[in-house]
Amino acid sequence: MTDLSMPQTQTRTQSATGKIALRWLLYVLLGLFALYYLMPLFVMLTTSLKSLEEIRTGSLISLPREVSFDAWKTAWSGACTGIQCEGLRPYFWNSVLIAVPAVAISTLLGALNGYVVAQWRFKGANIIFSLMLFGCFIPFQVVLLPMARLLGIMGIAGTIPGLIFVHVIYGLGFTTLFFRNYYVTIPAELTKAARVDGAGFMRIFWSIFLPLSLPIIVVTVIWQFTQIWNDFLFGVSFSQAGTQPVTVALNNIVNSTTGVKEYNVDMAAAIIAGLPTLLVYVVAGKYFIRGLTAGSVKG
Amino acid sequence: MSEWLENHLPKVVLAPSFIAVLIFVYGFIGWTAWVSLTRSKLLPKYEIKGFIQYERLFDSPRWDTAINNLYIFGALFIVIAMVLGLLLAILLDQKIRVEGAIRTIYLYPMALSMIVTGTAWKWILNPGLGIESMVQGWGFANFEFDWLVNPDYAIYTIVMAAIWQSSGFVMALFLAGLRSVDGEIIKAAQVDGIPTWRIYTAIIIPSMAPIFLSAFIVLAHLAIKSFDLVIALTGGGPGYATDLPATYMYAMAFSRGDIGQAASSAMIMMLVVFAIVVPYLYSELRAKND
Repeated sequence: MTDLSMPQTQTRTQSATGKIALRWLLYVLLGLFALYYLMPLFVMLTTSLKSLEEIRTGSLISLPREVSFDAWKTAWSGACTGIQCEGLRPYFWNSVLIAVPAVAISTLLGALNGYVVAQWRFKGANIIFSLMLFGCFIPFQVVLLPMARLLGIMGIAGTIPGLIFVHVIYGLGFTTLFFRNYYVTIPAELTKAARVDGAGFMRIFWSIFLPLSLPIIVVTVIWQFTQIWNDFLFGVSFSQAGTQPVTVALNNIVNSTTGVKEYNVDMAAAIIAGLPTLLVYVVAGKYFIRGLTAGSVKG
Repeated sequence: MSEWLENHLPKVVLAPSFIAVLIFVYGFIGWTAWVSLTRSKLLPKYEIKGFIQYERLFDSPRWDTAINNLYIFGALFIVIAMVLGLLLAILLDQKIRVEGAIRTIYLYPMALSMIVTGTAWKWILNPGLGIESMVQGWGFANFEFDWLVNPDYAIYTIVMAAIWQSSGFVMALFLAGLRSVDGEIIKAAQVDGIPTWRIYTAIIIPSMAPIFLSAFIVLAHLAIKSFDLVIALTGGGPGYATDLPATYMYAMAFSRGDIGQAASSAMIMMLVVFAIVVPYLYSELRAKND
């Protein structure tokens, strides 16, 4: 760690003034950047609380003269996504119904896979892991067409189970990677000692590894939840009217061409769609960042 | 029997996931590759006809636009996000009092869906009611900012929103890198009276080369896969001025009913990702196994 305020070779008074000026500049810069990142959220929030009339006459960044939650009500239960006008609510629950099982299944499978790859190495385990890992990086466009056909053949095209299936399959690489990298740091002697004592594969997993895994479970659940909640590509490709996730519904509301353009409703809907992941980030930011860096840096 | 099971249980547990990956990743890539060599239109055909779809693709002005946009978007997005991320990381590395809070603010866009980001920026950049009218309201009546609906400039609005979304993340990567530089070396340099900016340019930044590589890989990967943001912000328009390969592929697959074109454009995307990620993964895995 370096520090711009370290004593330099100037005379003492000069360096003291310079030091204070530099600190000020530093904090001003950091503050300006903070404003830059917060501005869109601020604009979304204030716009969602304004009336359409005020939006038309007022400025983008002005505070609402009269706070109104009408736009939020419309966004939640009345806004039109094409022909249906039920707001975001049904789609919000679709996203919950997709995300919860998909996160649970992919995390559990990832834990078991990571346990095998890290602690029960057999011939070829590394190649299997590399092949699974590579699956994380493919652009999903390359699997969209055959997956659409397969879901049709399986009879789950355009259904919520279909979307759960897709998210589990393409989440496996990452969840396995997370658990593998975590379990690799647990000494192999632990497994060996437990085997000498007569514990089997599953017993060791349940009573030794799983109790140690809370931090990585949190990281994986947050990562998977954020990925699945924010997914748009699979949602738009493999859903139909009624089963769309919230991101697809939001996009439909914003691009719906019927009636007057209600910008305040658009903004309220965007905040609602973003709220769950934002909340997770605020509550468990540390784990979120750990997942981001683990998922993208460690190969 | 139970002993056999106990001995082979690790393989039995791993097998379903591995088979799923083999089919749904590698098998599906194979399917797409195969179909990209056929005359498939609305329905897939399996009779191989050579590289006819790729010829059509490279003759298509729309694909040409998509690739050019990918160059513009990718280059600007990667370079600016890295420079901004590094700058923010260095600024935050000066023993800042409220570092945790500031970091949280810089990074929160990464938790949002690209659709949410796109919706917000679409509103901010709205020519009639957004920044343009705000600045006009300040008394600059001639101020114009219509990039969102201007075919020549719309792609830059996507760059702007993408940088807002991802630069905080690059900052987090670089900050972790700065913190992992050996403090002793830096102290020694400070004792020798080497100015701070020289310490950064000569010691700290060069020692972070692997982080630069990681950040580059992540950002390049994000750029190639960019789809949601374009859909939410411009819908690929005006016309197809802001098409990227991902939106081209989607349009061919689901609205134009041209499976051959969709498959061949997906394969090109795949090859680009291959070219960037495979050498990186290979070196990472090798370094780990050695």
